Amino acid sequence: MLFEALTLQLGYNATLVAIGAMLLGISAGATGTFLFLRKRALVSDAISHATLPGIGLAFIVMVWLGMDGRSLPGLLIGSALSAWIGLLCVQWLTGGTRLSEDSAIGAVLSVFFGAGIVLLTVIQGMSAGRQAGLDSLLLGSTAGMLFSDAVLIAGGGALVLMLTLLLRRPMSLVAFDSDFAAASGLNVQRIDLATMGLVLAVTVVGLKIVGLILIVALLIIPPVTARFWTERTEHVWLIAGALGGASGYIGAAISASAPALPTGPIIVLVAFAFFAVSLLFSPARGVLSSVLRHRQYQRRVHLRQGLLALAQGQPIYEGYTLRLLQREGLARPDGVATGDGQARAAKALLDEKRWEILRGLQAHEATAARYDGLTGLETILTEDQLRDLDTRIAAPREIAP
Amino acid sequence: MTALNLATQNGLRPEAAEIATSPLAIRGLTVSYGEKPAIFSVDMTIRPGSMTAIIGPNGAGKSTLLKAALGIIRPLSGQTTVFGRPLDTQRARIAYVPQRASVDWDFPTTVLDVVLMGLYRELGLLRLVRSSHRKTAIDALQRVGMADFADRQIGQLSGGQQQRVFLARALAQGADLYLLDEPFAGVDAATEKAIIAVLKSLKAVGKTVVAVHHDLATVEQYFDHAFLINVRPVAEGTVAEAFTAESLQAAYGGRLATAQIDRLSQAG
Amino acid sequence: MSGAEFVPLSLTPILIGIFAAIACALPGNFLVLRRQALIGDAISHVVLPGIVVAFLLTGAVTAWPMMLGAAGAALISVVLIEAIRRLGRIETGAAMGVVFTAMFAAGVLLLERSDTSSVHLDVEHALMGNLESLIWLEATGWRSLLDPQALAGLPPELPRLALVLALVIAFTWVFWRPLKISTFDEGFAQVLGMRTDLLGIALVMIAAIAAVAAFDAVGSIIVIAMFICPPAAARLMTDDLARQVGWSVVFATLSAILGYVFAGYGPLWLGGSDSVSAAGMIATVSGLILALAALFGPRRRGMMA
Repeated sequence: MLFEALTLQLGYNATLVAIGAMLLGISAGATGTFLFLRKRALVSDAISHATLPGIGLAFIVMVWLGMDGRSLPGLLIGSALSAWIGLLCVQWLTGGTRLSEDSAIGAVLSVFFGAGIVLLTVIQGMSAGRQAGLDSLLLGSTAGMLFSDAVLIAGGGALVLMLTLLLRRPMSLVAFDSDFAAASGLNVQRIDLATMGLVLAVTVVGLKIVGLILIVALLIIPPVTARFWTERTEHVWLIAGALGGASGYIGAAISASAPALPTGPIIVLVAFAFFAVSLLFSPARGVLSSVLRHRQYQRRVHLRQGLLALAQGQPIYEGYTLRLLQREGLARPDGVATGDGQARAAKALLDEKRWEILRGLQAHEATAARYDGLTGLETILTEDQLRDLDTRIAAPREIAP
Repeated sequence: MTALNLATQNGLRPEAAEIATSPLAIRGLTVSYGEKPAIFSVDMTIRPGSMTAIIGPNGAGKSTLLKAALGIIRPLSGQTTVFGRPLDTQRARIAYVPQRASVDWDFPTTVLDVVLMGLYRELGLLRLVRSSHRKTAIDALQRVGMADFADRQIGQLSGGQQQRVFLARALAQGADLYLLDEPFAGVDAATEKAIIAVLKSLKAVGKTVVAVHHDLATVEQYFDHAFLINVRPVAEGTVAEAFTAESLQAAYGGRLATAQIDRLSQAG
Repeated sequence: MSGAEFVPLSLTPILIGIFAAIACALPGNFLVLRRQALIGDAISHVVLPGIVVAFLLTGAVTAWPMMLGAAGAALISVVLIEAIRRLGRIETGAAMGVVFTAMFAAGVLLLERSDTSSVHLDVEHALMGNLESLIWLEATGWRSLLDPQALAGLPPELPRLALVLALVIAFTWVFWRPLKISTFDEGFAQVLGMRTDLLGIALVMIAAIAAVAAFDAVGSIIVIAMFICPPAAARLMTDDLARQVGWSVVFATLSAILGYVFAGYGPLWLGGSDSVSAAGMIATVSGLILALAALFGPRRRGMMA
């Protein structure tokens, strides 16, 4: 089943949903990157929860107008409007009062959601509302979706993706360096607004597939994952888009392959699986490599400090340092240096001395900034430069002004 | 002088007795952010009853040194003793004044409340604030000239006033060792004078004062000892001992003009 | 309205609403001041996987294992957020977003995959709560409050929440000074010898316990409103921490009472027939109170830094 799903052999609807989820994932990943780099990832949480009252009101209005309250386009318009109002409320609370943005986000998301729940119970009380099925928008559900809805989602996903691609340049400029962007004549405020608009569009298109509670995951997890794979910020959004697309596609396919596999949670969990693997194993920032590197670094620092202490005949207070020195055959258990230890210690002391002199020389200012307590200067300077330093160690100390 | 200076650098073994009596002795302290050390293998021995400036260029690790010594930042290696004993047994004898900018001055509390925080070790979790405690706090405020502001909301204070309140909180602690992180940063001239007067009065009754300081020009006037650092310790001793042409050059590199170095080292 | 009607049908839901709102608002004050308001968001989302796992392990919907499960999930989420923040050097908000959405998704999936048809546990209930159902059928009027037989029929949520509220009050009271000092100046608190890391975790755990207890009644999303709205509104009323906490208790109580009353009787006043979600209405009222405080609160603006 899963194979059929992944190769798009489960019929029109499933195929359209998978493609729609992929397109949505790509645009969510890319758009979310700009939000993440602006350090405003959780604003999207407020936006998505704020869609609920709009959905409820749209249903009520449509029924009142004699239309089918479940019409997806109508619901999406309503959700977009109330999400926009929610966003304005966040801005009003942060700008107009002393409250910080996290409080504003939390207040808006929970209050709007609460109001939405009230409206949903109103709808349940209406005769047209018994079968409204609006709660499927909370967690996403693609089971029994209308063909026209599937087309709408695939089309919506494609549209959002196009807009993201269109706006990616100004958005990345603002995200990487808003001051520079402003200085080069971009209207930062308007671009921020456009970013929020895209977040809103992603949310609205994602309502039916992922649901409003989990859509933030698609906006946040892929960019955070991408961050583990590149230091170059301009690559983050590309990787995030790819990861988001893959999560959407694989998640929708898995969900279509068996019953009781709700689409939204599956997509989120696929995205999280990518994240977990990256967190653990990414070579640059992954936990595993970080821990190993940190251990290694700590070892080198202790060794160096031990050598310096040996060289200066100081006692070594830390057990770890002493054990290291012994293990490397540099010191005896009583803390006295071996022959090898003496040689290495003298070298370390010479290194420190060289660095110290170097730091006082204007000509070497750039080199001095590279001091890390571990690197030998002979790996940085030429032999001539070293010789020059060494003559300074010997002599000019005595010439005090 | 130079000989003594070189002697400390080359680490003629500091007497164990010196560590035992030192209000703050640090051995082999290394702190790194990522894989770049902020301070590397620093030894520092503060002399009892001294007023010491920790001094060095921006990014030299002055504040890091203080925070790591106090256990606020976890060091990669190194040990601190306070009055010859482990830090944790001596906390009641330490008063710490953090950088003013490190806290949220919008916090809903009053000046008096902040000063009363200094009495926490005495008040503990539940003991009631009595009039004697309140008097201690008001006295401390009086010493920094802020008694009239006791009921003021802290958000309404100027930078200098905030710094005075922080100092009053430290005074209320009644400690033996006072550690201040950039106490003169962004304060007005009157406050600077008031703070230094209070610190000197502490020294006069035998307390030890250590302050992170960045203004080379006032070191000699304000402090009697200096600890010069630039990631690595550069020099320590009386201001005169620590401020030599070579040590200033080594700490500041090209950032100081020759004329400045001459003036400072001669003054020392 | 007579006691014969009010006591069995409305007294217990109102009390449960008030207890839940206060239990959340108390730790909420410190979360808001520590700029950790969204920890409340994260905690309330991970309550769901916590109780589902507890249910799968015990096979029954029993209160205390579920409380434990939810508290465990909250602890795991906080540790994960911290680990991601430090190890991946990811900003707190994004780290939270990763953790709580993934854990919530796992909870929903587990719930859908397991057979819960026989028990009172479903996603909708978890999201919206069901305050109205917590009625006291044994009661016949005010006199039932003194009748041991009737009291035995109280919905178990009420004594449970009362206990949790007592715990939260005790925690806030005992650790008032450390909470205040470490929230204002963490470095200073550390030099005093406080374990600010443990205190921070304890605060989150207390919030988690409050969230779990309140969850039954109001659902996981509206809990967030109770964590944030009353303290945030209270912050705009005063510049004194103790008074702020006092205001937050008043606002929490008001939200619970007004929310319940509007939900039950509002539609009748407007000519409708069915009541609406009380939990949703409580959140809405708390939002309206916050809006009023933001418009008219005497301390709505901070210093101009």
